[in-house]
Amino acid sequence: MRAPLSWIRRYAPVPADQAGRDVAARLIAAGLEVETVHVLGADVTGPLVVGRVLSVEELTEFRKPIRYCRVAVGPGNGEVVDGAVTDERGIICGASNFMAGDLVVVALPGAVLPGGFAIGSRETYGRLSDGMITSERELGLGDDHAGIIVLPAGSAEPGDSGYEVLGLGDEVLDIAVTPDRGYALSIRGIAREVATAYDLPFDDPALVDPEALLPAPSGDAPHGCSISDPSAADRFVLRSIAGLDPSAPSPQWMRRALVACGMRPVSLAVDVTNYVMLELGQPLHAFDRAKLRGPLTVRRAAAGEVLETLDHTKRALDPEDVVIADPSGPLAVAGIMGGLDSEIDDASHAVAIEAVHFSPVAIARGSRRHRLSSEASRRFERGVDPALPAVASARAAALLIELGGATYVGVSRVDVVPAATPLRIPVDLPARVSGLAISGERALARLEAVGAAVVADGDALVVTPPPWRPDLTDPYDLVEEVVRLEGYQHLPSTMPHTRAGYGLTAGQRLRRRVGRALAASGLVEVLSYPFVGVGDLDALGVPADDPRRELVRLANPISDEAPFLRTTLLPGLVAAARRNLSRGAADLALAEVGPVFRGAHVGTHPEPPRPSVAGRPSDEDVAALHDLLPDQPRHVAGLLTGERDRAGWWGGGRRADWSDALAVVRELAEELGVAIEVASAALLPWHPGRCAAVSVAGTVIGHAGELHPRVVEALDLPPRTVAFELDLDALLAEVPATAAGPTISTMPVAKEDLAVVVAADVPAERVRAALLRGGGALLESVRLFDTYEGAQVGEGRRSLAFALRMRAPDRTLSAAEVAEVREAALAAAQAECGAVLRT
Amino acid sequence: MSAPNKTYDPVEVSALSDEAVASARDAAVAAIAAAPDLDALKAVRVEHAGDRSPLALANREIGALPPAAKAEAGKRVGQARAAVKRALEEREVVLAAERDERVLVEEAVDVTLPVDRRPRGARHPLTTLMERIEDVFLAMGYEIAEGPEVETEWHNFDALNIAPDHPARSMQDTFFVGSPDSGVVLRTHTSPVQVRSMLQRPLPIYVICPGRVYRTDELDATHTPVFHQVEGLVVDEGITMGDLKGTLDHFASAMFGAGIVTRLRPSYFPFTEPSAEVDLQCFVCRGASVGDPHRPCRTCSSEGWIEWGGCGMVNPRVLAACGIDTQRYTGFAFGMGIERTLMFRHGVTDMRDMVEGDARFTLAFGTEV
Repeated sequence: MRAPLSWIRRYAPVPADQAGRDVAARLIAAGLEVETVHVLGADVTGPLVVGRVLSVEELTEFRKPIRYCRVAVGPGNGEVVDGAVTDERGIICGASNFMAGDLVVVALPGAVLPGGFAIGSRETYGRLSDGMITSERELGLGDDHAGIIVLPAGSAEPGDSGYEVLGLGDEVLDIAVTPDRGYALSIRGIAREVATAYDLPFDDPALVDPEALLPAPSGDAPHGCSISDPSAADRFVLRSIAGLDPSAPSPQWMRRALVACGMRPVSLAVDVTNYVMLELGQPLHAFDRAKLRGPLTVRRAAAGEVLETLDHTKRALDPEDVVIADPSGPLAVAGIMGGLDSEIDDASHAVAIEAVHFSPVAIARGSRRHRLSSEASRRFERGVDPALPAVASARAAALLIELGGATYVGVSRVDVVPAATPLRIPVDLPARVSGLAISGERALARLEAVGAAVVADGDALVVTPPPWRPDLTDPYDLVEEVVRLEGYQHLPSTMPHTRAGYGLTAGQRLRRRVGRALAASGLVEVLSYPFVGVGDLDALGVPADDPRRELVRLANPISDEAPFLRTTLLPGLVAAARRNLSRGAADLALAEVGPVFRGAHVGTHPEPPRPSVAGRPSDEDVAALHDLLPDQPRHVAGLLTGERDRAGWWGGGRRADWSDALAVVRELAEELGVAIEVASAALLPWHPGRCAAVSVAGTVIGHAGELHPRVVEALDLPPRTVAFELDLDALLAEVPATAAGPTISTMPVAKEDLAVVVAADVPAERVRAALLRGGGALLESVRLFDTYEGAQVGEGRRSLAFALRMRAPDRTLSAAEVAEVREAALAAAQAECGAVLRT
Repeated sequence: MSAPNKTYDPVEVSALSDEAVASARDAAVAAIAAAPDLDALKAVRVEHAGDRSPLALANREIGALPPAAKAEAGKRVGQARAAVKRALEEREVVLAAERDERVLVEEAVDVTLPVDRRPRGARHPLTTLMERIEDVFLAMGYEIAEGPEVETEWHNFDALNIAPDHPARSMQDTFFVGSPDSGVVLRTHTSPVQVRSMLQRPLPIYVICPGRVYRTDELDATHTPVFHQVEGLVVDEGITMGDLKGTLDHFASAMFGAGIVTRLRPSYFPFTEPSAEVDLQCFVCRGASVGDPHRPCRTCSSEGWIEWGGCGMVNPRVLAACGIDTQRYTGFAFGMGIERTLMFRHGVTDMRDMVEGDARFTLAFGTEV
């Protein structure tokens, strides 16, 4: 809402020394968000005067229409002829929306317009142009470049100050109005806040007897009105006037006000309805009575009804839409936009001015349904003062009578507004909630300042909110009114007596640790959008019956290419990797930690439970709500490509391979103290021969290895790109609550190397585990340090070399004991894996 | 070995004569002094102090002397051997030092060579910034509450006093799952975690709720449909707006420097009443740039304050929906955008950098923000 300070001052006598910035500061403190304070014509300097066009000469020899005008600009402002200053000048103009006799605004040589545009006398199109006839846009007043400003006839004389006529220098406050403060979408509401903020008397323009604004009705029948659906509207006032001069212009003061508020002057009838809406906050609609087929009613639309609105859009109406209709059909989408057929035009003499108090919810729904937001709907949605229809329609009718030569016919009205119910609040509630010392008297005074009727009743205040504040429905709403007027800047800065907390949960601690471990392993964290398409899974080769295809679908995705939520983190990592590669990176190690979403049924419940919010929902209700949601386990995933160890002066680099993906998983598991088991697996998108299934406690929780060559190709990734993905929640669930401390033996270690030959398809880990088991308590560790395949061990066989470390807790092992452990380990490997000692 | 001496005349054993011992000693000392390096010294040691060196051989002759002569001869040879030994030790120290000096010089390297064999990793600055904020509140005794990103409309809207016709519920703002009537959405704020906390936790409640949220904005320099918030919730007896202000001031100081405070401006949110916008005192210029065209501040656009988030006293309707006695308990809540905080705190000008996963962006922040 744009509010000129001059208009505010009409109802709130702000001291003359208070500039727009000062008023804005007061309003911000009171809760109105003033975004900017703009000075009209701030960048205009130098001589700017009213001129009368004396003659227009069309110059036709140019490619576009050019006019040479003689303009009367007032005594002493004209060109110099024979040493004498005249009162007229010649000016070249490219606009053609004016004619001889019109009053215009002329920038004389010496004036500077916005953008540093200096006006001078110059030779152009073969004539001397001695100034400029201005448009609103050239003066920085608005975007209207339909043509130059033509002032209403008789509104000024040549030579009058253009600054004064146009209201330049006036300051305009632009206010972003929150949904609870509909009243602030009017000069009336803003001026009330200004008056309160300055503790000044407020001259309420709506506090008048509406009928006193008007002459006596003519006695002819006014246009009739009714409300067919009381859930759509509860007050309808329809005033009829006759004999309007449709060519009567809007006065300059009204046009100036509309332009300052960002609206475009159109015609007297339209301008008057807009002006009154800006002033009071009540949207009005003017119908041409000649185009109406009978009385007006507020009703819901019937199925199949269509209405062409003022924006030339044919709209199919919904049975929920509220319309203003006559017996022939709908005329307006109520409270949102009028219809084209009943619009006022330049032949309208008899006019019916509609002022209705609509249901905010009905208008809000209609506005969203039609994706149509208008000055009217913005106000109705937020709630308009139900007292306004009578006074606003009277004010509009009075203006049309005064300015358009109309006569008053009379009024029809329907009224079903319920009486306001008072609220009761403890007198100390504002003090208790705010922490400010606010006495009962002070709270009462503050509530009266917002327009409420307040009666003290023992320890309580009985408050009837004013009709323009439909948002004041709860005791705490009244607390806010009191506290904001006291001023939030006075709130004390105190600390609550926090209870003792338990710090991070185990899961939260561990997840921080996972993040740090990944970084320590050289991976860079990314945070991807979780939106995926079927194409992403296809590219990964995910089979049709794979659980990763149990996708949660969005009803309104950002992109139709990605209408689902991810079931795997890999698409996001792939996208990030490709972006990095396209920007010149070659060696990448990326990781992501975040939820995946699984459940194709999610969002298809025909009647989802919606427990009442009047009190705590039952446990059954809460459980039913949770049943609506998908599984959302956290995953951890990584993708590596290029050199894992860089090449440098120390020698060649090493490209990331399948083992690096697994190494990150191992480092993670070790960081968390979880024992993982690894087995070979075949799961796309991984290479079937280079894919490890990672298990904890016998359950597979993820995979790691090299990506399938076909997948790598489809995703346009570098060859041999590797990746891993684990169910992080499942991994963390296996973290021991408290790790048992080891007993460290200080006895000497005995080291033995042992090479065994097994069938080539026997996993090394199986052999190692067998050795470890067989070696018993004295075998401290077994580590594979070499593998060999070749002629020396025979076709289809493989040699595995292990380093064994043996130690006793209490003594130095004897050579015999060492040999015994070694033999036992070998025996177990023989028995379990068919291993034979390599000789 | 000479035959046993019947008469006492050590001089007759020539190897033990004064001259012979002195000459052997002098020869040894001279050879030691002449040894150019440790290897040469080793040879000298064998020659002049080894088992077959003249002094060692002379020493054996002592046994052949009559008892009366043994002491004198022994003393003479012992002194000579001691002198040789001392010379050897001293020379060895000198030569070892020389060798060390030479070798260390030879082994010198260029320590400015790159040593980046393993590329560095990093955590995302949004993650570390959230943890930083969490730590501020953990230190105050708060706990961290979490909830699902796919959430019910009841938790996301209904229980928070957001009426069915509130504009936030339109498809222009909210991602719906399945259909607009499914009752399931991508949470539009972390406030449903507050609802879950109030339903699940014992009173009093002091929690902070960080997390990822969703709105149907297009990605550009200052908007992203997927972003992060951190919200705080306190429900206790006697909680006031002053407590809210004090908590925010402490938060501001902890994050932006001692003495930095917040400013509250009246505003509107359905789930708080009274409600306020939170402005942060500019931590760069501390307001000095306001009205001073010679000291413009880019961080606050010379406003002195930076819009930071929203807050208010928990609307009693929300408390009631969670079964909390509104006569006994009051509460406050506040919320900030993490992306926005990262932008003004670290001078990040384009939000797209936070979502695109360019490793250069993340690596620039290190591991602590």
